[in-house]
Amino acid sequence: MAQAAAVAKPPKVPKRRSASPRRLPYLLIAPAGLLMLGFIAYPVISVFYYSLQNYNVTKPWRNGFAGFDNFTRIFTEDDHFWTTLGFSAQWVGVQVSLQLALGLALALIVNQSFIGRGISRAMVFSPWAVSGVLTSTIWILLYNSSTGFSRYLADAGIGDYGTSVLSDTGTVFWAATVAELWRGVPFFAILILADLQSVSKELYEAASVDGAGRVRQFVHITLPHLRDAIILATLLRGVWEFNNVDLLYTLTGGGPAGETTTLPLYVANTGIEGHDFGYASALTTVAFVILLFCSIVYLRLSKFGGDHK
Amino acid sequence: MTAALAEKHTGTAPEPVRTPPKPPAHRRRGRERAFDDVPRWQIYVPLGIYLLFTLIPFYWMFLFAVRPAGSTSLVPWPMTGEHFSKVWNERSFAVFFQNSMIVGVATLFTTTLVALAGGYALARFNFRIKNGFMLALLCSQFIPGALMLVPLFEIFKNLQMINSLGSVIIAETVFQLPLSIILISGFIKNVPMTLEEAAWVDGCSRFRAFCAVVLPLLRPGLIAVGSFAFVHSWNHFLFALMFLSEQDKQTIPVGLNTLIGADSVDLGALAAGGVIAAVPVVIVFAFIQKWLITGFSAGAVKG
Repeated sequence: MAQAAAVAKPPKVPKRRSASPRRLPYLLIAPAGLLMLGFIAYPVISVFYYSLQNYNVTKPWRNGFAGFDNFTRIFTEDDHFWTTLGFSAQWVGVQVSLQLALGLALALIVNQSFIGRGISRAMVFSPWAVSGVLTSTIWILLYNSSTGFSRYLADAGIGDYGTSVLSDTGTVFWAATVAELWRGVPFFAILILADLQSVSKELYEAASVDGAGRVRQFVHITLPHLRDAIILATLLRGVWEFNNVDLLYTLTGGGPAGETTTLPLYVANTGIEGHDFGYASALTTVAFVILLFCSIVYLRLSKFGGDHK
Repeated sequence: MTAALAEKHTGTAPEPVRTPPKPPAHRRRGRERAFDDVPRWQIYVPLGIYLLFTLIPFYWMFLFAVRPAGSTSLVPWPMTGEHFSKVWNERSFAVFFQNSMIVGVATLFTTTLVALAGGYALARFNFRIKNGFMLALLCSQFIPGALMLVPLFEIFKNLQMINSLGSVIIAETVFQLPLSIILISGFIKNVPMTLEEAAWVDGCSRFRAFCAVVLPLLRPGLIAVGSFAFVHSWNHFLFALMFLSEQDKQTIPVGLNTLIGADSVDLGALAAGGVIAAVPVVIVFAFIQKWLITGFSAGAVKG
């Protein structure tokens, strides 16, 4: 009897934790922490610092402390700032809502069991692995007016031989949108599919016994379960779509006529091509504050992690 | 009489024999999942349309890469390797490919190692700055790499690392770290603590117990995180563009961009370059996509 009790309650583990130094967790996070301090925290602080400076490589005689001059210039003189901010908002809004809708639909489809599911998943997710520059490459080939898609359509009698959709101010936004959707939807679908895997099958069984149809099951079981994942994915994706410059930089270069210049692209042009680092840093700071503000408001409004089960 | 009739009847139409092997349709599907009464066409039609949207662009790139210059055929036959040899030799994609490989593999190893250490600390210890560290990891997701190019450039200039692949490897590693640490700590939390404790009882040190017990169980997760780091650094464009100004140090995305930016775009060469850029990541991706889904559900999404 006593023996049985001893087996049921194994001997207490020797306290290795106290034997190993208390510093161990700090040692373990030290490499990551130092790298992030040096190459994320320090640059962020320098951006804030530069934003208060006149710092222009081409006009070094004016360099020095500027106070809030850069910021007053942004809000009072710079029309570009407002147009690029407006375009950024439009870009993020369209991308995130369409990616969410299509990604959710795609995830629900490939979550079913059907013949050829594995290979279909691999194929529809494959653009996720493709970079912004490569996406641009592919869509430049498709949009090219002399050899691209539109030429074959025109040959078949649909539409006419026009200019490239990328050089027409009326079509460039949607052309860029389709290209970005092509590689953005799979990311959403992967995140949502990952969360769909954890919905318990019993819930659906119980619901169908109670006579709930598929639409009601989706609204009352699937969507509430996916809530947090969707909030987090849309937030991360929104930030990413706002910040990302790879695709627009290589696909349209911000043109034609500045139609597709987002705020970060404007910052990159100001800082790198215009060499006006001080002003670019001030724009960065403003962009960062806007992003942070929107994220906090979004998390508050969506009651992320709140009780909703 | 009736027996003979019955026998005759079964002879002409052997119905009782035919019905049993055919199981009721709803039961056959119900075995898989209870709510799976989705008509097949509702799966295959939208999936087929989406597959076309996904695959036609890939096909288009492949088509331009292998058909002779000046051809407008939609079938890539006869195939030619002229664009590949041109891009590989004259446009120095051989060098770009090698540089991208070095950056990708080095980022893979540094990210995985550093994230493994950090993830273990977060999963297995309680320490004073743990919550602060987690918060810093999450916040760093909001900081755009593109907007930090100028200070990063100055740091690498001071370290005399401009024009060395090391600068790109460090930058890629740093921006991969937060997500990798969060994912890996999620994986480690999924390994029961009792397994490790059992190894300690057997006299293993913490390090040996980790290597012998935890590490083998982490293999799928580590492959997912490492491949993620590889794919990202292979694809990423801005750091290489900014920190590497000499042409023989450049990576494939920058090489592609110079092809795009050329005054008269050579579409065949551009497509061939695109295929060269796509092949490694698509192979890696096809290999990991299954683990990626489980990886996300174990790690990041749960918050």
